[in-house]
Amino acid sequence: MNVQSPVIDYDELDSVCVRFAGDSGDGMQLTGNQFSVVTALEGSDLSTFPDFPAEIRAPVGTTFGVSAFQINFGSVEVSTAGDEPDVLVAMNPAALMVSLSGLRKGGLIIVDEGSFNQRNLDKAGYAENPLENNSLSDYQVQKLDITKMTLESVKEFGLGKKDALRSKNMWTLGLILWMFGRARKPITDWLKTKFAKIPDVANANIAAVNAGHAYGETAEVSSNLRRYIVGKHDTDKPGEYRTVNGNQALAWGLVAGSQLGDIPLLLGTYPITPASALLHTLSGLKEYGVMTFQAEDEIAAICGAIGASFAGQLGVTSSSGPGIALKTEAIGLAISTELPLIVVDVQRAGPSTGLPTKTEQSDLYQAVWGRNGDAPIVVLATSNPQDCFDVGIEAVRLATKYMTPVMVLSDGYIGNASEPWKIPDINELEKFPVKHHTDPEGFHPFKRDPKTLARVWAKPGTPDLLHRIGGIEKDYDSGHISYDAANHQKMTDVRAQKIANIANDIPLQKVDLGKEGGKLAVVGWGSTRGAIHQAVKRARDENIDVSHVHIGNIWPLPRNLEDVLNSYDKVIVAEMNKGQMNNLLRAEYLLDAFSLTKVSGQPFKITEILDCIRGQAGADK
Amino acid sequence: MNEQVDVKKLTYKDFETDQEVRWCPGCGDYAILKAVQITLANIGATPENTVFVSGIGCSSRFPYYVETYGFHTIHGRAPAVATGVKLANPELDVWLVTGDGDGLSIGGNHMLHVLRRNVNMQIMLFNNEIYGLTKGQYSPTSKQGTKSPSTPLGSVDLPLTPCSFAIGAGARFVARGIDTALKALPVTLARAKEHKGASFIEIFQNCIVFNDKTFEHFTLKKEAQNTQIHVEHGQSLIYGKEKNMGLRFNTEKFALETVIIGENGVTEADILVHDETNKLMAQMLVELTAPEFPVVCGVIYCDPQESYDDAVHRQVNDAKSAKKADFNALIRQGRTWTVE
Repeated sequence: MNVQSPVIDYDELDSVCVRFAGDSGDGMQLTGNQFSVVTALEGSDLSTFPDFPAEIRAPVGTTFGVSAFQINFGSVEVSTAGDEPDVLVAMNPAALMVSLSGLRKGGLIIVDEGSFNQRNLDKAGYAENPLENNSLSDYQVQKLDITKMTLESVKEFGLGKKDALRSKNMWTLGLILWMFGRARKPITDWLKTKFAKIPDVANANIAAVNAGHAYGETAEVSSNLRRYIVGKHDTDKPGEYRTVNGNQALAWGLVAGSQLGDIPLLLGTYPITPASALLHTLSGLKEYGVMTFQAEDEIAAICGAIGASFAGQLGVTSSSGPGIALKTEAIGLAISTELPLIVVDVQRAGPSTGLPTKTEQSDLYQAVWGRNGDAPIVVLATSNPQDCFDVGIEAVRLATKYMTPVMVLSDGYIGNASEPWKIPDINELEKFPVKHHTDPEGFHPFKRDPKTLARVWAKPGTPDLLHRIGGIEKDYDSGHISYDAANHQKMTDVRAQKIANIANDIPLQKVDLGKEGGKLAVVGWGSTRGAIHQAVKRARDENIDVSHVHIGNIWPLPRNLEDVLNSYDKVIVAEMNKGQMNNLLRAEYLLDAFSLTKVSGQPFKITEILDCIRGQAGADK
Repeated sequence: MNEQVDVKKLTYKDFETDQEVRWCPGCGDYAILKAVQITLANIGATPENTVFVSGIGCSSRFPYYVETYGFHTIHGRAPAVATGVKLANPELDVWLVTGDGDGLSIGGNHMLHVLRRNVNMQIMLFNNEIYGLTKGQYSPTSKQGTKSPSTPLGSVDLPLTPCSFAIGAGARFVARGIDTALKALPVTLARAKEHKGASFIEIFQNCIVFNDKTFEHFTLKKEAQNTQIHVEHGQSLIYGKEKNMGLRFNTEKFALETVIIGENGVTEADILVHDETNKLMAQMLVELTAPEFPVVCGVIYCDPQESYDDAVHRQVNDAKSAKKADFNALIRQGRTWTVE
């Protein structure tokens, strides 16, 4: 996004950031999503940030009920949802109250004047109407009576006032489509399909889209409403594209892994924000042999998954931080019995219930270290929606090859954010067919592959391989229960060694931007990738010697990571927690890094990281 | 499932493992283990298609001693693990072993749901009214006033009746047995196996170390005929050494009462006939306690319905026959665009 370019001065923009904000019931998520799809269809790069409250339908007109959707799109690579919106669409006073502070000075505010009545102003906490005093003088304000114009546009369809007002978001979408020269057809097609059974509603919404669009056209001459061009993003990767959000991509990645590994998948899970979408997606994919078990609680969910793995399928469980905490003992069982298992943690702000709909990366300790006993597992982090697909596949590969739980760390931002995705061809992806053990010769359940140290996977139903396993320590040579001291040492060592060896089977750490060696590196993991990437890019444009190192393999760490990190004079570790990765790197490598942290429930802004780079680069001079 | 493929008929000894059994000498678990091994031989179980799943506690060591597949899981969670096993492979015959602490205290929630869902498995709850493996604390089935290391003045909380809990949770098969009843228990267990859905069997099990003789008032063999009643579907609820005692439904009190045939004009026709499909009757029967009433054993309730695993697989199979699994098409659904 080009923060230096005020919207009014340019007809053609490299990128622009629009924030739709309204009441929880105003349909802002829908509006934003539809605008994203149209934007993507026309070839712009984009990144979105749905920012909604934990309450489903908070009292109308309140600030805590404001639901917002931010989209950053451009003819250049955008990689984040934007630091500061250039355009704010505020459907009521509360939305203006909540969103104004983030808006770029000089930015455009489009407000529904019709909703700025005394009652709504009171609810939002405005002592006087901000549209009628000087408080918005730093911005361009377009006061439109969207409420009234929407009612007029749908009048002919005979809807009640309440239903008619539901089309306000479509009127607004029509205006924004006009403003950025986006086609209406994908939207009207979508409305026809969505409301196929209630044509009046479909037609009313289409009329509202058209009316909003027409308003833009006619008002252009008489007001300072203008059109802007945001061109196609030239990518060097030809192919078929779509938009995808992180939860959807991760669900598909897991199914792809299940197909590539030729191993049926069972998801045991319990609904929790922001991870439930995985269940919703996977429950609809039964024809792929996917089974979903909505358990009575988080513990039963993971235990069902472990039972499935014991029986020879791939058990998967998904949750967010508080749910992962409940699953902890069962993860230990899967470690002890050395069964494949995938645990997805779509992180949210904690501790405890925390901020359920707000993002954070604060489950790193829990993922890597959060269990009783010496209990290592594989931990992988996703860094953006498209990466979720690849990480899903890799999780299946590692879990089944090494007979181990794999934790996948995503977060609320990645889970809900959309971006364009070059759709892969599953036939071009590498297969890794899973083989269950069937040979009785010298069999015992903890017989290991000498290379991977993975134990054999013999499933019930197989003749001559009868065995019993459990959470009690097993004898190294027979798999029977053993309380022997030396044996426990040996088993603990081998479990640790098995996981450590995986470092030889994962990619080497690469430098995302810049080069190995130099004055400064910004190290990140997870959803901070886009913001760090843009910040490092801008810093490099300012001739600062800085590189970006993004870690996807959290445990075990890439085997060359220590060398990569030591090749810089100084390292910044940027993360959305109080310094967990920084501590992990310090513990592993005695790395003395600068810890840049943020735990406001909002993703990093590019400028926050850029300022830190400038400061650290300056401090180094 | 469990079809006899081997011409050689297995005996209970074929279901013994090479592991040394580590229960206390005289523990009721030994007798139950034997009864289960006899049952497996009697029903012609195929060892490789049989899985024992347990939680934590004395009873939960059980899988190590049965020559089948076995999974000794974590405290209270065996029903959830077993559900996963059964979903992954419904051909497996799953037996769950749990206790009053494992199954009704820490795992009470999972017990509720495995019964409610009606997952096709046999759930044997060894009730000894005490925590054995942690050395004698009172359990959710301990009688009020039980003195234990954690209740030196006697427990104050009221116990629950496992079978009543099971019926309340929606179990479609509820039965009872006694550890030492080596003739009756295999018959009950075989019925449990035959039932498609979750079969709940409470087994009174004597803990010789921490709660010895807690069931003696109705399990003593010489008094058993007067203190127990083994119900059978279609048979009158008559018991006693003289076969002259029975259970009658008192319509005024809306309750069961014991009567003596031949006294006060009571005839055999007044005695209730056991109907194992009658849930209300089952609820009344499981609440009867000795010495006022006989303790009811055998198959108390059996009213099958489609099992959870059958229903889940039905949906999966329907989806598979209705839709072709084409992953490339799946991820191309909706609006896509092409970059040249």
